[in-house]
Amino acid sequence: MKARIGGPSATGSTSAPQATGRTGPALRVEGVWKSFGQARVLRGIDLELAEHDVVCLIGASGSGKSTLLRCINLLEPVDAGRIVLQGEEITAPGADVNRVRRRLGIVFQSFNLFPHMSVLANVTLAPRKVLRLSRRDADERATALLDRFGLADKRDDFPDRLSGGQQQRVAIVRALAMEPDLLLLDEITSALDPELVAEVLNVIRDLARGGMTMLIATHEMGFARDIATRVCFLDDGVILEQGPAGEIFSHPREARTQQFLQRIVEAGRL
Amino acid sequence: MGGSLTGGPLDTGELVSPAAGGPPLRSRRFERSALRSTLIALVSTVVFFGVLAWIVVHAPNWPDVQRSFFNGTIWNQSVPDIVPAFGVNVELFCVSEVFILVLALVLAVLRSLPGPVFFPLRLLATAYADIFRAIPGILIIYLLGFGIPALQIPGVPTSTFFYAVVSLTLVYSAYVSEVYRAGIQSIHPSQEAAARSLGLTQFQALRYVVLPQAVRRVIPPLLNDFIGLQKDTVLVSYIGVVEIFRQSQIDQAAAFNFTPYLVTALVFLVITIPLARLVDVLIARDRRRFLAGAR
Repeated sequence: MKARIGGPSATGSTSAPQATGRTGPALRVEGVWKSFGQARVLRGIDLELAEHDVVCLIGASGSGKSTLLRCINLLEPVDAGRIVLQGEEITAPGADVNRVRRRLGIVFQSFNLFPHMSVLANVTLAPRKVLRLSRRDADERATALLDRFGLADKRDDFPDRLSGGQQQRVAIVRALAMEPDLLLLDEITSALDPELVAEVLNVIRDLARGGMTMLIATHEMGFARDIATRVCFLDDGVILEQGPAGEIFSHPREARTQQFLQRIVEAGRL
Repeated sequence: MGGSLTGGPLDTGELVSPAAGGPPLRSRRFERSALRSTLIALVSTVVFFGVLAWIVVHAPNWPDVQRSFFNGTIWNQSVPDIVPAFGVNVELFCVSEVFILVLALVLAVLRSLPGPVFFPLRLLATAYADIFRAIPGILIIYLLGFGIPALQIPGVPTSTFFYAVVSLTLVYSAYVSEVYRAGIQSIHPSQEAAARSLGLTQFQALRYVVLPQAVRRVIPPLLNDFIGLQKDTVLVSYIGVVEIFRQSQIDQAAAFNFTPYLVTALVFLVITIPLARLVDVLIARDRRRFLAGAR
């Protein structure tokens, strides 16, 4: 994470002919289509994230936000199109799925912590088994992260003893322990009680300040406005409109965007 | 006779009396009604079984039955014969259980493998479960125990104990693999997704995330099958393993009296009832955990 800022992230991107001397985009999504049976969920998504970008995906439920994140994480195969991570096409047939996922962190709406493991074991599992860190190194790394996000005293607790906000912060720490190049956040506050939302969003703010590249599906418009370098409005499987947060929220061009934001304002969420 | 008693504990008029007032009073009242419930249960049990015993003892041919099933002398003679023979059963179900747990887990994992590549393995595992659950266990024991030694292939074991273990393992691993499989399927796919998203391979996700949760969840039904296995060890007496049932048959034939069978039944009761209670305790614990987890 922090160590990566301006760090060795350029190494993998030799194959992508980009402006010389600059890192290729952290992520490029080109014409991605995805259907589930008859339902066309993604209908030609194009999206690009530079290093340290924080891009928020907004849009109604069912507009394809989660599916897009799951496709990028290769949890769902795409029907058409390409996804390129730092110059490497991860949707290519021969791509090593497990290696790609090491570089992509994802945090889910429902936390998905492993209930049979302590917080520490949750966080150290992947570093130990995937990165082959020794137990001591993995513990050290996890403890530092837990400490940083105020979870040091929960180290040995089991997930069911934690509040929703704490569980979600552990899930974020679990993803960060793999030191991903890109963090995908899938409506991570939607399952939380309102008073627990802030503690989770503060973690994300902290990460954004640290330069973490993030793609965030969210219903928290205020948060999106604060944090996003760019906001994308998804509607019916396409990115209908994107731009700086101020622009999208204050002067949306598309009628659908205006409608959506109007409903959000009426619901008191902006 | 029990009429006035059974009406007691739900006598709501008494419980909701306005004088009850504060919590200490109410809890004393609750204690009293709990005591009453216990008493009622006790009395009704004694009455029920008393009547049952009276009917049996006053049956027309009871004296004959008593002589051939409840003979004290024969009881005392056969206990030292029969109880040690149970050691063979213990050995049988302990050894078999180890193989069953391992083989069944392998089968369950094979059946849970996704994707077209693994179709042959899934097919094999499915066929195995179908075949060995379909054929009565006693037939498997006969076919293996008599059939394979009859081939007289050099190096192939002839010990009946060996074929007993093999047969029980084949039959029970088919059942137990279904128990495991139910456990695996009960783990929400989001758990595997979370594991895979961290870069764990499919095998690692299974090994570290899915199986530990699945196995924990199916411990009560696994113990249940273990109880079944304990009892089915008597089936191998038919290929000549001298275990508790065979021994009691020998004693029965010698004395021309059925009391040895009663001894055998009692031995099984003594060993299985604690296990059955343990299963109950585990289920109750799981339930509490589930309810607590549901917030």
